[in-house]
Amino acid sequence: MSEAWVTILALTVGTAIIRASGPVLLGGRDLPARLQGVIALLAPALLAALVAVQTFGASEGGEYEIDARVVGVGAAAVALRFGGKTLSVVAIAAAATALARLM
Amino acid sequence: MTGPHFRRGMRIGIPYAIASGLLAVSFGVLAEPVIGGVAAIVMSAIVFAGSAQFAAVAVLAAGGGPAAAIVAGLLLNARYAPMGIALAPSLRGGPLKRAAIGQAMIDFSWAAASRGGGRFDAPFMLGATAPSYPAWVGGTVLGVLAGDVIGDPDALGLDALFPAFFLCLLVEGELRSGLPLVVAALGCVVALALIPLTPAGVPVIAAAAAALLGLRRGAEA
Repeated sequence: MSEAWVTILALTVGTAIIRASGPVLLGGRDLPARLQGVIALLAPALLAALVAVQTFGASEGGEYEIDARVVGVGAAAVALRFGGKTLSVVAIAAAATALARLM
Repeated sequence: MTGPHFRRGMRIGIPYAIASGLLAVSFGVLAEPVIGGVAAIVMSAIVFAGSAQFAAVAVLAAGGGPAAAIVAGLLLNARYAPMGIALAPSLRGGPLKRAAIGQAMIDFSWAAASRGGGRFDAPFMLGATAPSYPAWVGGTVLGVLAGDVIGDPDALGLDALFPAFFLCLLVEGELRSGLPLVVAALGCVVALALIPLTPAGVPVIAAAAAALLGLRRGAEA
């Protein structure tokens, strides 16, 4: 089997196991209050980290990359501050990024 | 499976599926000379995880070998473990059904299905993922067969679209009280600090540890 197919099959199996792990191990039953308190805060922690990494990180990882995305996400933050709705905020982010790349 | 929540999720998911489809075209273009067209399409169909696919193919293209490519891809997908833990308490049904729902997790739909306070709308998430799957696979096919028909997706600002969307969900859905705000700020700082120090994927997983501040609240509750 070629290197490509070994990679694809291993990634498929590994990713499926990772995606199933939380739902299988922790779903469908009552959890202790302390654990629930932690789980309830995973979404804000992960969302904030995704914003940080996708705004300031290089796509291949390992270093910062400050480029037009910062302008776009900054524009989104301003639009949010002034009460913009999600779809318009996201469109503003893409447009501001594209514009900054043109300049 | 196709109730009102699923349909609302689908409607929300369509614009993001279009963006995913455009990214998939560039994946097809990049991956075809490295792993071959059929492998690129099969990869999109059965891995279905954009950043991991780009990372694994980049490692193979650089001559890094399959082991390094697998590690790079799995590190990026490791974030689905904390995401799945967050989703788990909102899931009903047996373990097989829950495992199947977990397969439908993508960043976008998981985030969009979050209702704050640790609650998730699972049918909404399935609906929000539904348009992305054909878009991701179809975009890859287009990239493999037709080549660079779209050009650089970054020129359209697509790389700012997803972080902007996550920012909206964070601000509108999660930051209602003090503790989630503190946790989000801490998660942001941890991720930013680790970007230059760790391989791709690690900053996001490490940031999940910020949720441990909830131990305190759990003890108080």
